[in-house]
Amino acid sequence: MSKPTELTLYVAGQTPKSQAAIRNLERICAENAAQNFVIKVVDLKENPRLAREHNIVAIPTLVRQLPVPIQKIIGDLSDTEKVLVHLQLGSAA
Amino acid sequence: MTLAIEKALTGIEGFDEITAGGLPRGRPTLVCGSAGCGKTLFASTFLVNGAREGEPGVFVTFEERPRDIVDNVASLGFDLGGLVEEGRIHIEHIAIDPSELAEVGDYDLEALFMRLELAVEEIGARRIVLDTIESLFSAFQNPAILRAEIRRLFDWLKEKGLTAVITGERGDGTLTRQGLEEYVSDCVILLDHRVHNQVSTRRLRIVKYRGTAHGTNEYPFLIGEDGFSVLPVSSLGLAHKVFDERITSGVPDLDRMLSGGGFHRASSVLVSGVAGSGKSSIAMCFAAAACRAGERALYFSFEESAEQTVRNMRSIGLDVAPMIASGLLRCVAARPTFYSLEMHLAIMLREIARFQPSLVVLDPLSAFLDSGESLEVQAMLLRVVDYLKSKGVTGIFTHLTHDQTIARTDAGLSSLMDAWLLLLNREVNGEFNRQLYLLKARGMAHSNQVREFVMSSEGIRLIEPYLGENGAVTGSARRYEEARVRKDEVERRAAVEALQERVEQRRRKAEAQIAALQFEVAAEEAELNRLVETEAEYRRQSARDADGLAAGRHSFRHTEQAG
Repeated sequence: MSKPTELTLYVAGQTPKSQAAIRNLERICAENAAQNFVIKVVDLKENPRLAREHNIVAIPTLVRQLPVPIQKIIGDLSDTEKVLVHLQLGSAA
Repeated sequence: MTLAIEKALTGIEGFDEITAGGLPRGRPTLVCGSAGCGKTLFASTFLVNGAREGEPGVFVTFEERPRDIVDNVASLGFDLGGLVEEGRIHIEHIAIDPSELAEVGDYDLEALFMRLELAVEEIGARRIVLDTIESLFSAFQNPAILRAEIRRLFDWLKEKGLTAVITGERGDGTLTRQGLEEYVSDCVILLDHRVHNQVSTRRLRIVKYRGTAHGTNEYPFLIGEDGFSVLPVSSLGLAHKVFDERITSGVPDLDRMLSGGGFHRASSVLVSGVAGSGKSSIAMCFAAAACRAGERALYFSFEESAEQTVRNMRSIGLDVAPMIASGLLRCVAARPTFYSLEMHLAIMLREIARFQPSLVVLDPLSAFLDSGESLEVQAMLLRVVDYLKSKGVTGIFTHLTHDQTIARTDAGLSSLMDAWLLLLNREVNGEFNRQLYLLKARGMAHSNQVREFVMSSEGIRLIEPYLGENGAVTGSARRYEEARVRKDEVERRAAVEALQERVEQRRRKAEAQIAALQFEVAAEEAELNRLVETEAEYRRQSARDADGLAAGRHSFRHTEQAG
């Protein structure tokens, strides 16, 4: 079992972009089940302070807290390959 | 019906004047310019002054850390940290590191808006600053999303009724990088930082201001220790108080050339002349006279150090060192090229505001002409003159001229001045003589004479001109004429004295003769008296003798009868 990859997806309400991002992330996780993904979805509409605390500007934003360094991906994650590259998981998996 | 748009004061000295009230309230204003031209300081001043006046504000920084901003504006005397603690200002640091950011698919900046909204609501902000918008947008790569979000941002600001200042970098040939912000802003201010002759000048121009008339000129502005201030030359007021009071120039002879004695308080006096004509000495006499009257005087020297000024004044019998020591006189020396023109102005105004003098000397004005354009210099001096007048401070300005045949100043200053002393240095018969002429004195009758101006260890004197047959003469020609007159006088007096002596002698001689004659007469009279006396005695004796004889004869006869 590899080290866990902690991912947090920040969305703001039930917007089409947010919903698309959630769907896409779920798909990526399902397709890469070998990875030890720990996923959390944060709706900033419920707590806007988290946007300040976690320094989020764009919606949706996917943050990889672990492994360090922190990596951020903004957008609806529609391109699986790109997401994996930026999460540095593509080839490593 | 047209309603004047509502405005929000920025508290930036001069800016509120040229915009007739500040920035458009509840609307976004774009402040653009290249790096280091003072955008952030403009924005900070706007925000801090708003917060002090009861309009809380949010400072959104995309670049500098909040701590740095607090430190930076502390140099302008703003206690941003204190205002943050009091909840009147909130600093929202939105840092985006493009290196840790990747874009995959469609997104928007909803979280940014949420953060802005949160910050605005937390302190009930009425003002907001976004510094700089480029830093935010350079982090994102999708230009279509970017443009849409810029529009949405400006709409959002208007919707919230926030008076906003958005700072932006200048693009290549355009006002902004995106070329969009200036169209969605209601007001666009361009800041510029130019270097001319190795001296920098900051300028501000209002490019656009919807719904209001505004000056379209470039205004010099400065960032000093007291903050950001714009110098609106065109909005000079002429409503300053007028004084009838007279002040002495420190040269009694000069005061006497003016009817009423001395110059008006709060007037501007120009002392112009060629090199070595005694401009600084006259100026220092004014300052020393103010100090002697117990008032404060401020002497700005742009050519000499303070020590040098003190030493030089000793040569004309004026010791200003005790005045400096007592705090009545303050000498400030700075090379004209040491600061830019606007810095000089800022420093001068600050010194004047702090020292509160009743008289200010600028020696010499002409020094600035080498460091800036004459128009700028004139604008600056106009500002100084105006400032001094508004404060009731007398201004003494010296000006070095190179050609004394033309009564003109390079900076076109003469019209600003209330009085103008022209110092001449004229060559006649192989010697230079200093002369002084009162070219102009507003509101005062004054002498038309060109006076000879003599500086000695006893101070400055203006010698009455010798009005000879060929006009007034000065220098050795005057001294020669005076000597000649003295000689004539002596000769004339000698002749009279000789005559007097002669008459006296004759009188004494006559008296002596009279005395001698009287003596003779007296002697003769005495002789006569003696003769008369002798005669009388003789007669008495003769009578007595006759009587004796007669008696003797009788007795003899008697004796013969008895015998």
